[in-house]
Amino acid sequence: MSGAENRVLVGLPRRGPPVQDRPRRVVVLGPPNTGKTSLFNRLAGTNLRVGNYPGVTVEGTSARIDLPHVGPIDLVDLPGTYSLSGRSGEERIAVDALLGRNGHALPDAVLVLCDATHLEHNLYLALQVLELSVPTLVVLNMADEATRQGVDIDLAALSERLGAPVVAVSARTGQGVDDLLPRAAGLLRAAERAAPPIAYPPAVIEAADSLDLPHRALALWALLSVEAGSEEETEDPALAARVEAARAGFDGEEDIDAAIVGARYGFIDRDLMPCVVRSRSGGRSLTDRIDAVLVHPAWGFLLFLVIMTVLFQGLFSWSDPAIGVVESLIGALADGTRAVLPDGIVEDFVADGLIAGVGSVLVFLPQILLLFLLIGLMEDSGYMARIAFLMDRIMKSVGLHGRAFVPMLSGFACAVPAVLATRTMERRRDRFLTMMVVPLTLCSARLPVYTLLIAALYPAGDQGNVPVQGLLLAGMYVFSIAVALVAAAVLGRTVLKGRNEPLLLELPPYRLPRLNTVWRMMWDRTRIFLTEAGTVILACTIILWALLAFPRMSEERAEALGPQEAAAVSLQESYGGRLGQAIEPAIAPLGFDWKIGVGLIGAFAAREVFVATMGVVYGVGGDVDETSTTLREKIRAEAHADGRPVYTPLVGFSLMVFFALACQCMSTLAAVKRETRSYRWPVFLFVYMTALAWLCSFAIYQGGRAMGLG
Amino acid sequence: MDLPTAETLLGSPQGEWRTVLGVRGERAFRRRLLELGFVAGTRVRVVGVAPLGDPLKLEIRHGNLSLRKAEAAGIEVGP
Repeated sequence: MSGAENRVLVGLPRRGPPVQDRPRRVVVLGPPNTGKTSLFNRLAGTNLRVGNYPGVTVEGTSARIDLPHVGPIDLVDLPGTYSLSGRSGEERIAVDALLGRNGHALPDAVLVLCDATHLEHNLYLALQVLELSVPTLVVLNMADEATRQGVDIDLAALSERLGAPVVAVSARTGQGVDDLLPRAAGLLRAAERAAPPIAYPPAVIEAADSLDLPHRALALWALLSVEAGSEEETEDPALAARVEAARAGFDGEEDIDAAIVGARYGFIDRDLMPCVVRSRSGGRSLTDRIDAVLVHPAWGFLLFLVIMTVLFQGLFSWSDPAIGVVESLIGALADGTRAVLPDGIVEDFVADGLIAGVGSVLVFLPQILLLFLLIGLMEDSGYMARIAFLMDRIMKSVGLHGRAFVPMLSGFACAVPAVLATRTMERRRDRFLTMMVVPLTLCSARLPVYTLLIAALYPAGDQGNVPVQGLLLAGMYVFSIAVALVAAAVLGRTVLKGRNEPLLLELPPYRLPRLNTVWRMMWDRTRIFLTEAGTVILACTIILWALLAFPRMSEERAEALGPQEAAAVSLQESYGGRLGQAIEPAIAPLGFDWKIGVGLIGAFAAREVFVATMGVVYGVGGDVDETSTTLREKIRAEAHADGRPVYTPLVGFSLMVFFALACQCMSTLAAVKRETRSYRWPVFLFVYMTALAWLCSFAIYQGGRAMGLG
Repeated sequence: MDLPTAETLLGSPQGEWRTVLGVRGERAFRRRLLELGFVAGTRVRVVGVAPLGDPLKLEIRHGNLSLRKAEAAGIEVGP
């Protein structure tokens, strides 16, 4: 970052004179688990827009709302954060947006959220914001729940002590939400107000003033947050040096961090908490009683296994009928089109390119809807936090967040919904790390390929009491889990190296899930998948179709060859077929010939397409499935020019390992592109997985040959 | 490694309230815990342990929070 952008820190810009034609900017900030997303969705209504924050590939939502008597305002949702002092990506975005730095416009007003049932904890962030003297409205969300819990808040007194307006709302029921924007509009005209009277020790004031910044709040922020020699060179080095000197010269009873944070909490405990009366304290709450079962060493784990089994079964088999319906509808549509359109290129494009492409997007819908229904229920009820609590020990050993368990498990059904499900993690690093390893889990699209290869190349039944076929499939599952965990451990220490952050897991009270919240989540995820990832998948399907369909064979030649022979020759002579032949030198060391190469290219549409592509390549026709005995026999009979069989058990094993590791799935890449909002990560994913697949298959094939196998 | 000079949250018996005296550890980590409310004088207690032995479930400031044992070992507490 250049020093110029950081000048802003040194001189907090004043809001200029009111400019009526400029949309006013109102940012919404709050700690995680305060219902910020629900509130924002309610405020934004249908105006919700999704985009990146300036300069970073972190996604945020905003909305432009036309307020009567005020004009347009831009409402911006900031990432959930507990404080402004940390240095994680999320916290930096929040700080930049509040201070108008690094490409963010300076806000005209701030709505800072608190969970009304946890003010002892949540007012800390509000205090940090209020110290900045930006016009701020303190919003106490979940007011209805606080009332139910016997928490009585004196809003007038709290407002007076904070020196800022305080409102109580419930984003769940909508109570008080309608008044929020008019109140925020009132702030836009408000004069600057005094910061809350926090009693910092004299030594802290002295250190803050020694930084010579125009605003004491900024000096306090700098004392807590700016570090000399930190990895991120986003701060002015001169300032960092002054901070370092001030910290070194600090002469107080405790260290300066504890003194600043302690003074703020002292203000909360002594001055603010008297405004909050808990009439029912002590005794076990309903949440404690539920937790006694759900995180119980035995029952808790058993219930967790049951819930996860339901989730996995749902994704793996229960969504099958719905997927079947989608597939048959798409098939019927394609057939109908073929009946209407004249034979030729247009017909093929519409039926095999366009309609098949739409089908390859829609086919994900049943699993996405089901997964987000279950995630929505777990998230909204508070169970998701317990999953992280239960699984943290296991997941942290490879550097993953406890919440990564659900996406990883979903990956065994399909990586696409699993990638979308990484959203349940707040930190960017946790999300990205999970996304980079989820595609290694053995998804159901690999199963038809394995079924075909195992049935064709390995003996059925027990061989000396060893069930070879079953063991091979089970072995591939174990292998994929092991590789995914090792990859997480390696990537988490290299490419996605993160600070050793303490586990900050809030265990929110259990709540009855709200159907409209769950529905909203299902719909949002689905809509974004269809409009953003879906278009990429559609485009890729059409490109892939064109690769395998062009150049077209002349009708006379096709008739002379007969339908299946013509299909095989046409595929061989297509651009995709030529590509398969061109990559043969690269895949020959793995034991693959060019025909397998064509199959690998076709499998990009979806791994199971490998089976149909091989059907065409071997002249059996494209409508075979993995149980086709004809195709199995063709595979067994396939020979090189010198008479050696192409498929030995060793080649089959090498191919299965390649399928386990290579990122042969454009839909996964499209989903990762959407969720990381950059091209870098899908490219990285593709390169590292393909390299890993190549190396492992190479080692297996060459090692096997050296040992005299195959 | 320094020998613990005071009782830490890790060693405090489950269910019994303690008072935070201070937090030890690397700066960013310490700041994190301080800002979560682990400041001197705050009452805190361990209310449970995850089935696999880690992390701990704590009660602090009328809320439940989970911290790993390694982190709890850095929080010095008194009666």
